[in-house]
Parts: sequence; structure tokens; C-alpha cells
Amino acid sequence: MSAHGLILAGTDGDRTWRLQDYVARGGYSALKKIIAEKTSQDAIIAELKTSVLRGRGGAGFPTGLKWSFMPRNFPGDKYLACNSDEGEPGTFKDRDILRFNPHSVIEGMAIAAYAMGATRGYNYIHGEIFEIYQRFEEALDEARAAGFVGQNILGSDFSFELFAHHGYGAYICGEETALLESIEGKKGQPRFKPPFPASYGLYGKPTTINNTETFASVPFILNMGGEGFLNLGKPNNGGTKLFSVSGHVNRPGNYEVTLGTPFAELLEMAGGMRGGRKLKAVIPGGSSAPVLPGDVMMDCTMDYDSISKAGSMLGSGAVIVMDETTCMVKALERLSYFYFEESCGQCTPCREGTGWLYRVVHRIEHGLGRPDDLDLLNSVTANIMGRTICALGDAASMPVQSFVKHFGAEFEYHIENKKCLVPPEVQRAGSQIYVSPSC
Amino acid sequence: MLSQESLQQIDREIAKYPADQKQSAVMAALRIAQVEKGWLSRETIEYVARYLEMPAIAAYEVASFYNMYDLEPVGRHKITVCTNLPCALSGGVHAADYVRQKLGIDFNETTPDGRFTLKEGECMGACGDAPVLLVNNHHMCSWMTTDKIDQLLADLDKK
Repeated sequence: MSAHGLILAGTDGDRTWRLQDYVARGGYSALKKIIAEKTSQDAIIAELKTSVLRGRGGAGFPTGLKWSFMPRNFPGDKYLACNSDEGEPGTFKDRDILRFNPHSVIEGMAIAAYAMGATRGYNYIHGEIFEIYQRFEEALDEARAAGFVGQNILGSDFSFELFAHHGYGAYICGEETALLESIEGKKGQPRFKPPFPASYGLYGKPTTINNTETFASVPFILNMGGEGFLNLGKPNNGGTKLFSVSGHVNRPGNYEVTLGTPFAELLEMAGGMRGGRKLKAVIPGGSSAPVLPGDVMMDCTMDYDSISKAGSMLGSGAVIVMDETTCMVKALERLSYFYFEESCGQCTPCREGTGWLYRVVHRIEHGLGRPDDLDLLNSVTANIMGRTICALGDAASMPVQSFVKHFGAEFEYHIENKKCLVPPEVQRAGSQIYVSPSC
Repeated sequence: MLSQESLQQIDREIAKYPADQKQSAVMAALRIAQVEKGWLSRETIEYVARYLEMPAIAAYEVASFYNMYDLEPVGRHKITVCTNLPCALSGGVHAADYVRQKLGIDFNETTPDGRFTLKEGECMGACGDAPVLLVNNHHMCSWMTTDKIDQLLADLDKK
């Protein structure tokens, strides 16, 4: 883990997650300031807009704009939800934020609640990280006892109740409306939009959902000013971002860098390629983002616009690095299985299509591919995309389309020769159990 | 049907939600029930549903939708290994093979002595820690070399 940047700065150590440590690092000063100065809601939202903070969960939607969608004069409860349901293969940043700096998320949510007039909030935490959920509950107890959360925060007339909700194993709950269904105690199946959560959200009330890292960035933006945050990155891509680097690098882990940092520099921070091997491909934004060939990636900078121009998405900032020992058919087979397994089953094109994609990629990988299989894959993806309630169908299709587009020759070799272009023993040697000496 | 301690824990969960939204606590209540019982039988799910004043079928829908609930008995220790792509690139598949060989069972099987059940997991959100094993749903083990797997299995065997 890198201790640079904003959110991860000063978080090297066992106790950095404690309230006392967070306050010593300047924590809760932004919340104290807006309450003492009675800062207007508009001023906070304007600051967010100036910062060009874009949603860190994957979609990159401008946060200030999202906040401005919440109705002002709604009678009754308005809700906030924090999306810590991090289960997109390659993504493991929110876990570290909650592990090392949970109070930045709590402060960010309290400020958001103040700016939008929300009265209650939930942090939805990924099922598999139960120990992190327990830690967040402890951090919440600390924040409540210190008067940063609860009734009449810091003696003001602003009240905001915040709780943690623990998931139990469903990738789809990272979709914002599925997450709301899940908090309501139901199957996590996405809702039709519109109505959008800002008008009909949790329990039918106005709700704003943001990612963990997005909320964690808010106190830093108020402290340094929107302009200061924006200037850390590049135009239209404000601030710092956590990148989860996994795969064939020497030091997998989270690295917080300013947006616009060259990919080559990020790769260097992650210790470079394992065993000095050659970079083959990178998935730059989590498993749903289209894969890019290594040489294309080496010319990119890590920000929304550069990665989008190269034909992929910055997504959640999950960078999966693959070297020359990787069989691209096998890699896609694993991802396609994931989407097949995690489709919630609500929409036919996704429920049936993800299974179809997996079975075709599986048979190609196992030497049973047919000459027209690549056309079939493209046809199935075209019939899933845009025909489902949520984005999981698109997320399952984009890897297939991009793997076939950039590495089509490897798929064709598989189909023709009934074996892999990369010899099995080379593949095995390349993906042995690897634990970085720094762990 | 559930112990006083479990019910107290469930009550604490219910208190997190608006008074007319008890159903919101169903995920936590099923988790707490599973920890006490080892797995979720139909009777346990129905009991939880009654406690939360919701239809049994709605609780069953939740129990069958989220994959960390066990609707069949499992061994004393359930081990889940992530083999998704990022983990696989750092040895997730090798780690899974090693555990399989060591326990002499495949995925979704339980050792004859009832001590271990092995599952193949999807993304646990900890790809930087690969290979990753999850023990009994709640304890994550990171950077699992074969030595560390040996140690873990030996420690669990004593429990």
C-alpha cells in the first residue's frame, strides 16, 4: 500500500483508523468548519462542482451535479447510501479506505448529508470483508460518541444518523438500485430507472448513492478548496485516485496518485513487471472495462479522458496487468464465468446471454471451438447490450468484445489448432503463487 | 429456536432501520442465525421471517439469492478460495489445487470426517492479497503460500 496522496496519506500503521489518529491528521475539521460557519448547502455543492470530483465507483459521474439532483424541500426523511460493495474483479481500494481511514468516509457522508439535507445514511459493505465491517461499526461508535454523527451534531440543529449494512455475497448489489433493494431486505435485483434514486430511492424516499472513495474525498476537497483539488489532477479529471494494481506485477496493491499520472509511472510504483517479463495486456478499470493491448496502455495516462480515448474506461481504477505468459482465452473464460454466475437473472438477455458467452468461450478454451464462434460471440454481445435493466449485461459483453477485437488471432489459433498459443507450462509458470516480499 | 444472544444481536440490527422497516434486518438476521446453527435450514429461515414479521418466502428469497448463505449443511470449517482472474494471475488456482489435494476433496465437497467444506469463490475485493482464502465466511486470509495453507489447515483442525 502506498501512503501518498490524500486519502491514504499518513495511514501507515495499526491505529490510523482510530478517531484520535484521524483528528490528529486534520480529520473532521471540514465538518466542524461548515457547522461553525453555517456554510450554505449551495456553497458546498458549488465547491464540489468546482473540484470536478467524478464518481469513483466506476461511472465517473460528476458528484456535485449528482448532489444537486436531490429535492430541497422534501417533507420527511432523505437518505444517503455509501456503496462499499466492492466486488468487481480487480477492485480492492474501498476495503483499504475502510481499513485504514474509515473516518474520512464518515466525515464525507456527514458533510454530504448536511449539503443535501439527508437525515439517515447506510454504508453498504461487501459481504466477504466482515472484519472490515466490524471495524467500520467501531469507527461509527467513536464518531457518535464524539458528536460527529447522530442527533444535533456538534451542538447544532443538524442531525444525521449513520449505520453500516453488511452484504452477503452478490456482485449485483454494487449496482445502486440493487443495493437499495438489498438494504430493504430483498433480493438484490436492479430497479428500472427512471424514477432515479434522487426522487424514489431507499424506502421510496429521495436518496443519493456514492462510492466509498467519493465520500472519502469530500473532506479533502472542502479543506483545500475545489480549485486546489482540481489542480491536483488535470482539467475535467480533478484530484487524486486510488488505483488497485493486481496481476503480474512485483508489488500488487493500492496506489493513490493524481489523475493524469502516466500508466508507465503507476506500473513502476507497483514494482514493474514480475520477473521482468513483457507486458501483454491491461484491463484498466475493473473486469467490466474493455481490455487494452500493453503498448496502447503504455501511451495512456491514468484519467477518465485518456483511458476513454484509448477505447476503454477508467471505471473503478482497478488495473489488472497481464504479461506474455497469459492465455487471453483462458483469462476471458474466467471473467465470463463470473458474469454468468453473478447475473441476477431478472432480464432474459443477460440471464441467458451470459451463460451462452461463458459456454462458447469455455469450448474454445477446451479445444472444441467452431469456426463461426467469434461471430457468434459478437452476435450474442450485441443482443445483450442495451437490452437490460442494469449495466451488468454490458459489463459482461465489453470484455468479450474487446478480447476478441484485440486478441482475435489467439482465439482463432485456439479454434484451428485446438490448443493454446501460449504453451500450458509457460502459463503455469507465469501464474504461480506469488507473494511480494514487501507483504 | 435461536439463542438469546443471537436474538439480542438481531435486535441491534433491527434498531438500525426505521421502525416500520424490520425486513431490512433480514440479511443480518440470517447471517447471525447461520453462525449459530452452522447452516440455514428451512425451519431456521421461517423462524427468522416470523421474528421479523415478514413472509417466509421473502426470507427464503434472500437466503437463496446471496451466495454466502449455506442452505445445506457444511463442514465445521468452510474454506472459500478465490480463483477469479486477478487472483489466478498470482496463484489463486494453484492455491485452490493445493487445498483440494491436501483435503482430498473437490469444490462443493465436505471431508468424510465433516471437518472441512471447500468452495470456489468469486471476487472478494482483495485481489492485491492473492492468493486469498475466506474461512467460515468471516475471516480473510491473505497471501496464502503453501506453507501458510498448511499452517491454517493445521490450526483449524485443532478447533
